[in-house]
Amino acid sequence: MHMLARLALFATLIVSALAGPLAAQDQLPPAPYAYRQLEDPAQEAKAQELMETLRCLKCQSQSIADSDASMAGDMRNQVRLKIKAGEDPEAIRGWLIERYGDYVSYKPELTALTWPLFAAPLVLLLLAIMLLRRRFTRGVGDND
Amino acid sequence: MIAEAGLALLWFAAALAVLQLFTSLMTLRGGDGSGEMGGIVRPAAIMQGPLVALSFAMLMWLFIRTDLSVLLVAANSHSAKPFIFKVAGTWGNHEGSMLLWVTVMALSGSFLALVERRLPERTMIATLAAQAFVSLGFYAFLLFSSNPFERLLTPVAEGNGLNPLLQDIGLAFHPPTLYVGYVGLSVAFSFAVGALITREVGPAFARAMRPWVLGSWIFLTIGITAGSYWAYYELGWGGWWFWDPVENASLMPWLAATALLHSASVLASRDALRTWTIMLGVVAFSMSMVGTFLVRSGILTSVHAFAVDPERGTFILALLTIYIGGALALFGARASTVSEGKRFSIVSREAGLVVNNVALTAILGIVLLGTLYPLLTEAFDTKVSVGPPYFNPVGAIFAFPMFVALAIGPLLRWRSDRFGRIGKRLILPAVVTVIVLGGALMFAPDIHILPLLGLGMAIGLGIASLVPLFGRNLLRTPLPTYGMVLGHFGLAVALFGMASESAFSTEKLVAANVGDRVDVGPWSIELTSMEPVAGPNWTALEATMTARYEDGSPVMLHPQSRTFTQPQQTTSESALSTRWNGQLYAVVGEEGADGRWQLRLWWKPFVPLVWLGGLLIALGGVLALIGRVAGDVRRGLQRRRIAMRRESKPLAAATTGPAE
Repeated sequence: MHMLARLALFATLIVSALAGPLAAQDQLPPAPYAYRQLEDPAQEAKAQELMETLRCLKCQSQSIADSDASMAGDMRNQVRLKIKAGEDPEAIRGWLIERYGDYVSYKPELTALTWPLFAAPLVLLLLAIMLLRRRFTRGVGDND
Repeated sequence: MIAEAGLALLWFAAALAVLQLFTSLMTLRGGDGSGEMGGIVRPAAIMQGPLVALSFAMLMWLFIRTDLSVLLVAANSHSAKPFIFKVAGTWGNHEGSMLLWVTVMALSGSFLALVERRLPERTMIATLAAQAFVSLGFYAFLLFSSNPFERLLTPVAEGNGLNPLLQDIGLAFHPPTLYVGYVGLSVAFSFAVGALITREVGPAFARAMRPWVLGSWIFLTIGITAGSYWAYYELGWGGWWFWDPVENASLMPWLAATALLHSASVLASRDALRTWTIMLGVVAFSMSMVGTFLVRSGILTSVHAFAVDPERGTFILALLTIYIGGALALFGARASTVSEGKRFSIVSREAGLVVNNVALTAILGIVLLGTLYPLLTEAFDTKVSVGPPYFNPVGAIFAFPMFVALAIGPLLRWRSDRFGRIGKRLILPAVVTVIVLGGALMFAPDIHILPLLGLGMAIGLGIASLVPLFGRNLLRTPLPTYGMVLGHFGLAVALFGMASESAFSTEKLVAANVGDRVDVGPWSIELTSMEPVAGPNWTALEATMTARYEDGSPVMLHPQSRTFTQPQQTTSESALSTRWNGQLYAVVGEEGADGRWQLRLWWKPFVPLVWLGGLLIALGGVLALIGRVAGDVRRGLQRRRIAMRRESKPLAAATTGPAE
């Protein structure tokens, strides 16, 4: 009992110690490029296109380009900074996937786990053709 | 007392549904007294509508009075909420929206039992049995796991309020519209089951089902269009379609209903595609159930999922399994006994409609897979996201061939035709498409492939959709033909809006002081002032912007950063300025540390066409529906007149009949 209570106290202390700086961080001004576009319109277009395909991890079904959440702002800032530094959008996507997992990208990669997504269109097409093939006649007047 | 009365009415209605199911099954089985039993089926169905509607009215009354002794009201309403949102709050929550679903369903059941007399009575009884079976599941769901009338032991002093995002007039009427659509598909499903049971799959069945499919399709179209516009102006980031699971949940029934609508017209006119039509009927209703399941179970957490409750999800999942599994089992058992109907040549109007059906079904399959796939992989401990980079190109693979078929199909004759006959009429749309493609490439060389094809196709399709009217006597063209032309034209209009928005939008994000001037596209915008304002349950900082299009006269815009008090939440209220050639979209965000205001501005050329197109599509549906129903009524009256004449003058009718 005694030990548990001490553990609980310890945990509370740690949490409050962690929460202090975290709460303060929320008050800091947002990252410079969260709400600012890149000066070069071509670079900004590239960044925008990439941001629209990255998931805001704290939101519900929104891309980081469509969210007011502070985390989305941070990620926009990172993306814009990296684009500004001349990095390739797909490389940035890879870097984000490495950090946050596949979940962050709205663009599924072809892997052992996702191949059905890419096979589905073909399968559907074949299935439809097979189902309806026998409906067609070759000439006129061939009824049933 | 109001709450108890509402609950009692619901129980009565459920009991009548049991009676409806029992008597209709006994009638179908035949045997002693089945004739008298059959007489009960229709009245039992007819009575449910008013009972449930009254029950829903009770709930609405509770919300209007803000009766805080009722759990649902306390959890979702607030005494200081504007009146219209108290009314809309009735269905702005899980239980209320399910009651609304059941209300619409019971009213359709009443209407169906009251007016539909064209089908053989046995098929009708089977249809009403299926309808009762489906209703019973929903009654059970309401009564056992989502009672909207539950009381609190001690009333609370004040309610929790409604999610501010939902306190919007557009959204207030968005769910009911979709529900009417979903329920219409449940009636189509009942027809399909009825026809399967009695093996009466033919043109008469298709004609009886068609108005329901058309009606529900109109509501789905309007519902999706309105939902998209709501997301566009309310979420404050200028996007109008996110491939969000909840959006997909409403799109899937629409895709299935669109396919069903077209295949039912083949069945009605040509007695072909019988089993295919039945299958689409099952799929369409399954999709509306899947839609409800996805939204209501909270299995997909998204901006719209305001009900997160796995227990209910399990209940809906069980219902889903019973209905879809049962229907598929019946389909499997009976489909082989239904012949597929007449055949047709590969160049015929039927073939065009088959392309439409295949493409729509394929798109449906892709949307379904893309929506559910993240759930599947989560079971393998990997979270993936499927979004626009998947849906857009993969959907387009099927959509663009469908648009080509859409341009050609309506010009073809039924059964068999030659391309040589209609080739000349397609020259104009084809040439214009090529010109637009070339022009777009010249003026915007960086344009992406999908918007480029979209622009070209939209213009070509717009012209091609009107071609069926060329050379016709416009006064004698039947209303459903106008409906088709308008619906197809609306699709072209919407496609143009989508392509233009994604190709030509310009965005400006700036931090501005009061007095600063910002340019976006052809607009020049000055931040004139920032002032606090207050509403009934919110306070806001309102920007006044003076915007000029090129050198035109100034337009005032008032976007707000609005903070709701109950529950506390901040939303961006965008301000829009619409011109014939596009929309200016302005949002004001937070104040920075240096006292400057965060502004987000977009110029989106032709974006309103997305929703205008959606409305035109729905309007086309309305014309077709009016035309079909008027035709049915006219034919019904004619039949009755002939029957009456025969009765009064049997001999004369027999001798002079042919000469008349």
